[in-house]
Order: sequence, then structure tokens, then C-alpha cells
Amino acid sequence: MLQQLFFGYYAFAIIILSLLVVTRSNPVHSVMWMLLLFFHIAGLYLFLNAEFIAAIQVIVYAGAILVLFLFVVLLLNLREELSLRQVAGSWPSAFFIVAGLFVVVTAALGSYVPGPVGAYSIAAVRSETHVKALGKLLYTEYLFPFEIASLVLLVAVVGAVVLAKRKLRS
Amino acid sequence: MVPLHWYLTLSAAVFMIGMFGFLTRRNIIIMFMSVELMLNAVNISLVSFSHYLQDLRGHVLVFFVITVAAAEAAIGLAIIISLFRNKQTAHVDEMNEMKG
Repeated sequence: MLQQLFFGYYAFAIIILSLLVVTRSNPVHSVMWMLLLFFHIAGLYLFLNAEFIAAIQVIVYAGAILVLFLFVVLLLNLREELSLRQVAGSWPSAFFIVAGLFVVVTAALGSYVPGPVGAYSIAAVRSETHVKALGKLLYTEYLFPFEIASLVLLVAVVGAVVLAKRKLRS
Repeated sequence: MVPLHWYLTLSAAVFMIGMFGFLTRRNIIIMFMSVELMLNAVNISLVSFSHYLQDLRGHVLVFFVITVAAAEAAIGLAIIISLFRNKQTAHVDEMNEMKG
């Protein structure tokens, strides 16, 4: 009962906060609501026994990505943007597309059959600790994707610098 | 015990809200934040699948999704800055040079 109550609170807060993120006209307010949203999602991850993912969610998403968003929002002078029309005129059709897709996805959930369970039960992960189990998996079985991820980050760093710098001389 | 369907429905709802924001908002920064919202919805479903199927591979996938989201945020915001430098606006209806 307590678990359902916890989940209900988190689900309700996440949905309300994501609606707030999407509907605020001032981007700074949107970023602030998104910060709260990410903390709630991290709480949901803790509820699912994924403490390392929860920590990463707070550090990377709330700490790095949102600060980057906030910097850009504050860097650009958006004062006169706020007077423009914020929402596309065809929003009812977008609403019907999204609602229809939601109905399709939730209807498909009914026919989902869970596959066989893996080797990482809650007791096994708890005896080994989550970070250690995840690290073992990441550095053995997923070593090659891990290297590719580092390459993706390198490309992102170089690309961001190249795209955002001013031309030195034209 | 909370059933898996609740998590998946929550994930679908957050994804649809993000998609609605991407389709309707005209401020490029908020459109970008809607994309992040969709990525987070996928992460919720991956972590819940991982918990209910007792497998850690979903967590590894979430790790990579967060990496790609960080790279995408850096590149996308750099593009937004250079667009703003050229056009002095963040309104996507103004950016119609490539309209056919």
C-alpha cells in the first residue's frame, strides 16, 4: 500500500511537472520546473533500486545539462520573444496525434508477456553493490560501446567549440 | 508491489507530453527541452524493465542514453547560439531559409 502511495505521488508529480515544462512561456521557468522534474525522476530510480542511475541523473542531467540550458537561455536576449506567439496554430491536431499514439501504446501494453528473468536479482545486486555490478558489466561485456561513447563525447566537445565560436576573420 | 504496467504507462505519458511540446512550441530552446523529456521517459521505461526482469543491461543502456543526451545538448545548444547570432531570434517560424 505504501509503495503504491509512493509511486502515485511520484507519477503525479512527474506528469504535472512535465506539463509545466512544456506549457510555460518563459524558458527560465521551464528550466526551473525541469530541475524539479529531474529530481523526482531520480527519486523514482531510487525506488527501482537503481541508485547509481539516480546519482547520474542528478549529477549529469540536473547538474550539467540543465545548467547548460540555463546558461544559453540567459545568454540569449529573449525579452522580445515572449511577446510573439508561443504555440503553433495547429496545436489541436498535434494533441489528437499524441493522444492517439498514447492510446495505441497503452493498448499494446496489455499484450506484453515478460521474458525470462536475468541473473541480477535484487539480493544478488545488493550483495555485490549496484555500482560494482554495473561497472563489471560496463567494462567487460559493453567495453566497445563504452569506447564509442567516449568518442561521441569527444566529437561533441570539438563540435560545440567549432559551432559556437565566432569567426576570427572572414 | 507496483505492477510494471504502471511504470510503462507513466513513461508513455511523459513521452507523449514531450512529443506534444515538440510539435506545438515554437521556441527552439523549449523544443529542445521537450526532446530531453522524451529521452527521460525512455530512461524510466528502461530502468523499470531492468528492475522487473532482474537484469542490469537496461541500466547500461540508460548510461549510454545519458551520454548521448549530454553530447546532443552540447551540440544543439551550440547550434542554437550560432543561429541566434545570425538571426537574433529563437523562434523557429523565423528560420525558413531552407523552405522549398
